Amino acid sequence: MCLGVPGKIIEIHADRGLRMCKVDFGGVIREVCIETLPEAKIGDYTIVHAGFALNLLSEKDALETLELLREMISLSDELGEEPQDAYPPLPAAGLA
Amino acid sequence: MKFVTEFRDAELVRGVIEEIHRTVTRPWVLMEICGGQTHAIMRYGLDQLLPAQIELVHGPGCPVCVTPLEQIDRALEIAAQPNVIFCSFGDMVRVPGSQHDLFSIRARGGQVKVVYSPLDAVRIAQENPDKQVVFFAIGFETTAPANAMSVIQAQLLGLKNYSVLVSQVLVPPAMHAILSSPHNRVQGFLAAGHVCAVMGYWQYPPIAELYHVPITITGFEPLDLVQGILMTVRMLEKGQVEVQNGYPRIVTFEGNRGAQSMIERVFQPVDRSWRGIGSIPMSGWGLRPEMSAFDAEQRFNVSHIHTKESEVCIAGQILLGLKKPFDCPAFGLACTPEHPVGAPMVSSEGACSAFYRYGRIRPEPEKAAQP
Repeated sequence: MCLGVPGKIIEIHADRGLRMCKVDFGGVIREVCIETLPEAKIGDYTIVHAGFALNLLSEKDALETLELLREMISLSDELGEEPQDAYPPLPAAGLA
Repeated sequence: MKFVTEFRDAELVRGVIEEIHRTVTRPWVLMEICGGQTHAIMRYGLDQLLPAQIELVHGPGCPVCVTPLEQIDRALEIAAQPNVIFCSFGDMVRVPGSQHDLFSIRARGGQVKVVYSPLDAVRIAQENPDKQVVFFAIGFETTAPANAMSVIQAQLLGLKNYSVLVSQVLVPPAMHAILSSPHNRVQGFLAAGHVCAVMGYWQYPPIAELYHVPITITGFEPLDLVQGILMTVRMLEKGQVEVQNGYPRIVTFEGNRGAQSMIERVFQPVDRSWRGIGSIPMSGWGLRPEMSAFDAEQRFNVSHIHTKESEVCIAGQILLGLKKPFDCPAFGLACTPEHPVGAPMVSSEGACSAFYRYGRIRPEPEKAAQP
């Protein structure tokens, strides 16, 4: 239930006393309440749960995280380090 | 989809998992608090790619699972009344009460509506002035702003026919309950990213310090999850006790201050009973006295509830991370997603439903062999 979906704010308007917006989730558009994010503007990404924008999404931090992980992995590859143990064999999937 | 696809990159996930294999030297028990994370871990099979030394136990972060039986029975009683439209999140309608569930109330002609957002319930109240509209306001901190906002909007609109049946619970008191239990095995936490999106993570350093457990704020995509595990294992291996943020694109230390103050306008801390676990002091929110006009428990007379819990279900021990779903005699036999005995089998966040759905029906041999 605590799932949040990232989407892009494409329109901001007022509805029945609250600051609302339309958010584009990869083609699906939904009404979302952004009452508590006065700084939100069109083009921003936000994370939405139960029709409510929990927070804005920081594009800069997203890219930094990805960059950091890529660097860490390529560094390990360059050093040629092997994992200490092999992957465990995959158990048979599905119900017996 | 932007900011989703990138965090499902198989190459990167594999790289981080290899780094976990390189880092770990001895057994560690980590708990992911949120049931959404449990499902993502199982769905992507991340648990099966981790080193055998790392055991993930699944926390109580499934709001549907911990909503107490008496509150579900109250919901059923209110929903069965003739002039009521009872609105709920979809997960809740199949959760068994003492006698039946909301779904069966609807089958008998009761007006039970599934809504995506609490604000949809407010709209239904506005469109049906001759009916009493009740929303089942359950959830953790993530859902609290939406639930609180519905009360504020109903107040703004002057609606007299809208009320909420509140069962709002909080993560930090549950962590205290888990960590202070003499049976606790958890050595590190993956904290629930979306709870922290709202609340920030200023509440967590005192918990880390008190119980000497590292905590990593963790997101929900496969890359977020393996990164959260890596950060926690690194701290454990170094003997570091810190709160680190592995989900900085969404979570800041302060959280969403506007949402926090809006929650405070509507709710105040109260003792809450957790299904299968029992009462935890100050572990939830209830309506403030000045909002009591919107309290469904006061509007409808539902104080005479007598509950009857299943005798076989071990949901409480599963929610505390003490047992796994396959340890339950009813798992997969008397209790299935089609005919759930306990709430964790119903919810898309329940551990039992995740284990059933993704075929974790017995302990993994190499993990079972450990002492």
